[in-house]
Amino acid sequence: MTPAPTRFPLLSAPLVSLRGVGKTFSNGTVALARLDLDVRPGELLSLLGPSGCGKSTALRILAGLGEATSGAVDWPGAAAGADHRGEIGFVFQEPTLMPWATVADNVWLPLRLKGVPRRAAMPRIEEALARVGLASFAASYPRELSGGMKMRVSIARALVTRPALLLMDEPFAALDEITRFNLNDDLVRLKNELGCTVVFVTHSVYESVYLSTRIVVMAARPGRVVAEIAVDEPPARDASFRRTAHYADLCRRASEELHGAMAPDAHL
Amino acid sequence: MTMSPSEAANPTAAPTPSRVIRLDRERLLGILLPVAVFLAAIAAWEALVRLNDIPPYVLPSPSRIGEALVRDWGVLSGSLLVTLKITVSALLAAIIGGVALAILFAQSRWIELSFFPFAVILQVTPIVAIAPLLLIYLEPNTAVLVCAFLVAFFPILSNTALGLASADHNLRNLFDLYGASRLKQLLYLRLPAALPFFLGGLRIGGGLALIGAIVAEIAAGTAGQGSGLAFRIVESGYRLNIPRMFAALVLISVAGILIFLIFTLLSHLLLRRWHESAAAREN
Ligand SMILES: Nc1ncnc2c1ncn2[C@@H]1O[C@H](COP(=O)(O)OP(=O)(O)O)[C@@H](O)[C@H]1O
Ligand SMILES: [Mg+2]
Repeated sequence: MTPAPTRFPLLSAPLVSLRGVGKTFSNGTVALARLDLDVRPGELLSLLGPSGCGKSTALRILAGLGEATSGAVDWPGAAAGADHRGEIGFVFQEPTLMPWATVADNVWLPLRLKGVPRRAAMPRIEEALARVGLASFAASYPRELSGGMKMRVSIARALVTRPALLLMDEPFAALDEITRFNLNDDLVRLKNELGCTVVFVTHSVYESVYLSTRIVVMAARPGRVVAEIAVDEPPARDASFRRTAHYADLCRRASEELHGAMAPDAHL
Repeated sequence: MTMSPSEAANPTAAPTPSRVIRLDRERLLGILLPVAVFLAAIAAWEALVRLNDIPPYVLPSPSRIGEALVRDWGVLSGSLLVTLKITVSALLAAIIGGVALAILFAQSRWIELSFFPFAVILQVTPIVAIAPLLLIYLEPNTAVLVCAFLVAFFPILSNTALGLASADHNLRNLFDLYGASRLKQLLYLRLPAALPFFLGGLRIGGGLALIGAIVAEIAAGTAGQGSGLAFRIVESGYRLNIPRMFAALVLISVAGILIFLIFTLLSHLLLRRWHESAAAREN
């Protein structure tokens, strides 16, 4: 059956795609070689790969923070030359908060940079903080919060502009397992509530299977896509998913692909 | 969403009574001990002078110095005011110049590189060596001011420049992502990030401005019509009025301590909510 590209051209088109993207750093490191990647609207896409395979580089190029040395970043639904940075939220591995600003002022930052005064931004700041369960911490300073709470503030800050695309670079890698599980659940819930598209970089097989609707496995030297796994499980998930045979099976498959991707570098 | 207990912030637990008492006693001791030692040293000095009958023109006793301080207060307070005025004006000029230049440096590496030799020359050349030169070109009062400015300027410039460059890289990425202008990046990110560094520079610069003012005035010697504290010291030396010399010295120390305390307090007030250097440590 043919889809209906004539009526809903955007429905089947990717939100953004990397076409043959290569990145060579000035010191000669080839971080990416001809990377092709479609990010489809509404999906939670995991980039899974060993460290150094170019996941962060790819994410930064998607965000427009780094220039590709070759290839192109395509936004099919948007006018040519449009600036997409306003529609993107970015969460780094570290919470990356401004220590001199309160939680509310940290979340205000993206709106402030767009010229929204604090008073006008307040309802949206409060909403974003409520979504991550930190409504009562608006007046706290980052140093008064735990690592998990700081990461929640970072997520609230990324969500406050209601971005169409949320990019996350190993956001939970530095957290303890219990906190990470909680934040995984929150991310699944937030994504389903907000309907945004998420690209999630991780080196954890379990995290990628639990969260994603699709996993792209990458290999290093040079960074490239080696496999793709569709996670055919409804997007609303909870901890019981971790106990299913389906989950175990997906983890095994992802593990195998990941190890296959690392095989040529077995000496490392 | 519920927060797991392990993640919730631990509200400062009420300390147990015995701990409160011990803390109070420790704090009391922390104040009393240095005060007692200081007073003991003064008393020993007094005793030393009295027991050995040391004449005041060799070494005046603390009580003699106190006397001079009271008797000559009219002259000395005027001089204190002059010295403080020079120090404060020099410091203000150093703050404005240092911060402005640091911001200029932060705009481009090339600007920084091209000005670098001047900054280094000013930094490594002892100000005492420049003072006589300045006294040739400038009026004594202006020369003293410029001297004090020059020594206070560099720590403020270099600390602020370091602070402006120290803003977190990912925060800078975030500002880029949201398309922040250079001005907004400066106002909301670089300047706040530089604040602790600037305040550190200010504490050093404040002390140095006073030193610079004193050194330049001493270099000016009797040529200085200005009547700052250093001039009083030189003058009292010529007249062998040693108690007054010491009294002027005490006032210089007090001025230095005051400057240090004011900036320490300012630092504490501005940083205590967020910066590790000023926040109370809770274990
Ligand atoms: N600024 C840079 N300059 C030079 N090489 C870099 C730079 N950033 C990353 N690299 C190199 O590019 C490769 C990919 O890096 P990165 O995208 O950070 O990998 P990942 O996020 O998957 O761990 C690595 O080999 C890394 O050393
Ligand atoms: Mg990375």
